[in-house]
Amino acid sequence: MRRRLLKFLLCIFLSSGVPAWAALDAKLLQQLAADASDEKIAAINKLAQTGDADGQGQTRREVLRVLKALSEDALYVADGKIVLVDGKRVIDAASGEEINPAPTERDSIDINNRVRRELASALASLRLFSPERETRFAAAQELLDHVDAEMAPLLVRALATEADPQIKQLLTLADAQLGLKNSDPTARLAAVKTLAGSSNPSVKRLLVPLLDKNVESDERVRLEAQSSLKAIDARLAFADKLSRIFSGLSLGSILLLAALGLAITYGVMGVINMAHGELLMVGAYSTFVTQTLFRTYFPGALDWYVAAAIPLAFFAAALVGILMERTVIRWLYGRPLETLLATWGLSLVLIQAARSIFGAQNVEVANPAWMSGGIELFANVTLPLNRIVIIGFSLCVLFLVWILMNRTRLGMFVRAVTQNRSMAGCVGVPTGRIDTLAFGLGAGIAGLGGVALSQIANVGPDMGQGYIVDSFMVVVLGGVGQLAGAVWAALGLGVASKFLEGWLGAVIAKILVLVFIIIFIQKRPQGLFALKGRFAES
Amino acid sequence: MKRRNFIKTLALSVSLAAAGITSFHAQAADTIKVGILHSLSGTMAISETTLKDTALLAIAEINAHGGVLGKQLEPVVVDPASNWPLFAEKARQLVSQDKVAVVFGCWTSVSRKSVLPVFKELNSLLFYPVQYEGEELEKNVFYTGAAPNQQAIPAVEYLMSKDGGGAKRFVLLGTDYVYPRTTNKILRAFLHSKGVKDSDIDEKYTPFGHSDYQTIVADIKKFAAGGKTAVISTINGDSNVPFYKELGNAGLKATDVPVVAFSVGEEELRGVDTKPLVGHLAAWNYFESIKNPVNAEFIKKWKAYAVKMKLANAGKAVTNDPMEATYIGINMWKQAVEKAKSTDTDKVIAAMAGQTFKAPDGFTIEMDKTNHHLHKPVFIGEIKADGQFNIVWKTKGPIRAQPWSPYIAGNEGKQKL
Repeated sequence: MRRRLLKFLLCIFLSSGVPAWAALDAKLLQQLAADASDEKIAAINKLAQTGDADGQGQTRREVLRVLKALSEDALYVADGKIVLVDGKRVIDAASGEEINPAPTERDSIDINNRVRRELASALASLRLFSPERETRFAAAQELLDHVDAEMAPLLVRALATEADPQIKQLLTLADAQLGLKNSDPTARLAAVKTLAGSSNPSVKRLLVPLLDKNVESDERVRLEAQSSLKAIDARLAFADKLSRIFSGLSLGSILLLAALGLAITYGVMGVINMAHGELLMVGAYSTFVTQTLFRTYFPGALDWYVAAAIPLAFFAAALVGILMERTVIRWLYGRPLETLLATWGLSLVLIQAARSIFGAQNVEVANPAWMSGGIELFANVTLPLNRIVIIGFSLCVLFLVWILMNRTRLGMFVRAVTQNRSMAGCVGVPTGRIDTLAFGLGAGIAGLGGVALSQIANVGPDMGQGYIVDSFMVVVLGGVGQLAGAVWAALGLGVASKFLEGWLGAVIAKILVLVFIIIFIQKRPQGLFALKGRFAES
Repeated sequence: MKRRNFIKTLALSVSLAAAGITSFHAQAADTIKVGILHSLSGTMAISETTLKDTALLAIAEINAHGGVLGKQLEPVVVDPASNWPLFAEKARQLVSQDKVAVVFGCWTSVSRKSVLPVFKELNSLLFYPVQYEGEELEKNVFYTGAAPNQQAIPAVEYLMSKDGGGAKRFVLLGTDYVYPRTTNKILRAFLHSKGVKDSDIDEKYTPFGHSDYQTIVADIKKFAAGGKTAVISTINGDSNVPFYKELGNAGLKATDVPVVAFSVGEEELRGVDTKPLVGHLAAWNYFESIKNPVNAEFIKKWKAYAVKMKLANAGKAVTNDPMEATYIGINMWKQAVEKAKSTDTDKVIAAMAGQTFKAPDGFTIEMDKTNHHLHKPVFIGEIKADGQFNIVWKTKGPIRAQPWSPYIAGNEGKQKL
């Protein structure tokens, strides 16, 4: 439905655009297809300026359309003409007329990063006068990243017409960067003062030379530059700390999701499950399968495949877990060494099964649109949306598990069996079935972890192997038999390793974390939190 | 009782799966045996499985044209399972037990280093098809991939050029093992020779399989604020995906901070959401997007073979640089055997010198007369949304390999065997 509407709107847009097409300079358009990047860039800049010359904004719209097509690889050369390709339609870029029948042979115009960068500024300068606020805002942000002297007249014009305060602020910052080069010291002073409000690290680079007497002759400007720099530095340092804490929490939430299932199977039930990582893999592959199904059957709702994957992954992993428990693990309760070997063998079987079904290659799991990109807090701190969602997701899962373990009958039985198996059996708890259900629950939670992992890491047959050690680390550090311990251990390890990483590098950080855990376990073998009370085993 | 039987069968199948050896033994008398030594399981299976299939394709093709010296080639496929010591064991098995005439195999430098003593001791032949760090030259090995001057150095020169963005600062980012460390040593010396100061170079390593690149991307962002920056990535294997994802989500665009990778090709991009990668670069000696009749033929053959053999994801089969290098290697070995009229190691080594082959990269490339490396053209491509590469720069013709980099002190005069 939405698609049809879009098509309809597109048709209206196209049919209204075509008759009023003011011819663009064919020679300039041809230059876009030149081999040398210099010529392409010259043509782009000239085209962008012809847009300026027209008072009505009609030419500007057409230039915008051609340049947009170029940036989206939709501009081609066919029969010596530059053409726009829009689905099946082929449109002559110079006249705006559709070519019928569409030419069979066409060469794409390829651009490199340098041309793309120039193209982005050209597009931004054209969009700066768009009627929509969002477009103008994005354009102003884009321009702020690449301020150069040629933009001065453009900025003056845009500042004169812009009403939105936020966009105006961006434009003022851009203007101030140019103002630093002004020959009038008062103008420079004003520019430096304005820039103190910026939190962009690249502004620092512009201000630092002003501290030098040989570059900046005016005493006042030098002093002002110093205080502006201090203000920017303070803000950057704060932002930096904030981003480290966030990435630590994010890593912690992933560790938690990976380890929570294990906290139940190992922590509560005492099963050393070496195939735990493979249960994560089952969850991740379930996400992949859901995505494929949505692509084939519900392409319109593709963005929501992750939501549908959550229950599927839970039940798929739980089912695999229950099968494992029924067929192998239940015969080996109380024999940790055999359990370890058997589950390791199971993990090999599961890996090979995934390889046979899905191939040895990693599979593609794309972030849905609402999980792509990030929220820019400061110029140097962007919080990626997928990580924010995962932190939230892990909290939800944690909450549900807590409810399940502490507020339901099943949870009570599981705790009872954990604390004293034979006594629980005596009072009528079906210990065998509880074991199966608890193991299935742990496996299902691992499946949920797999959904989260599929959004940030690779999905492949071996993916689980990378998480098994980390998961055991979290559970052992937190204290066997404790969910709260797992939470504190996961978040603590996450934040600690991120701070260490920023300081010493990823390799050393990993080593130090391992060393810390070894020492900690030596001193306190029961982990952060120890279970209190009497136990059958101890 | 039944249950116990079931467990027994299960245990048996587990142990069989774990053994996982796929050897094809046909007892035909008039064949020449050829060993294929690529990991079909474990972490490197992602990259190496297709090389095994490429080798089988080339062998089938040679056999269809009458074989070598009137004999059919008989492939012996073994699986060293991404386990470096097992590589040496399997290599020994191929040479002394299966009596193969030649071995095509290995991907990581560490696997090559582990089989070297075997080939030297038994005086047998290895064809190694992957770009590597150089600093090695063995009589028993032919290197059909790139040496650093055929990949890494041209890529950095491109980044410093006007079209490449005129980078002034460099982040050397790699996985922590011999290939990235050696390559970065060479690159640092090269950058010094171009007047780049140590304060403008940031060298970083991550462990194998690292998947959390938040801190590293934040650091790159901070570093890039100090001037036009490019990232040179020797990250190997599937760690690349989380790295690029993080870059995209942190808002670092290829137009601002381009990343050039030496281990990312068409095959690796197959399992990846390419949206965040568009515009980033890779340097290779071959891309599937190269347009010429030889390449068109090569791609057609590979796609048909993938469908015929029902390989995984056959519908989306792609070709890449190490596959081309494998294909060239097998064909050149065949030519050399025919020239020597024997499969004897020393005679074939002598006959390999100066062999030429019309390669899919569009050039007739030559095996160097002395240094066991191919003369190869260099291409730099930008990743496109469809997982292919848009070639933005190339050398005029093939260039000679310098396995001993001139940028490392003490390497002068080491170019020959």
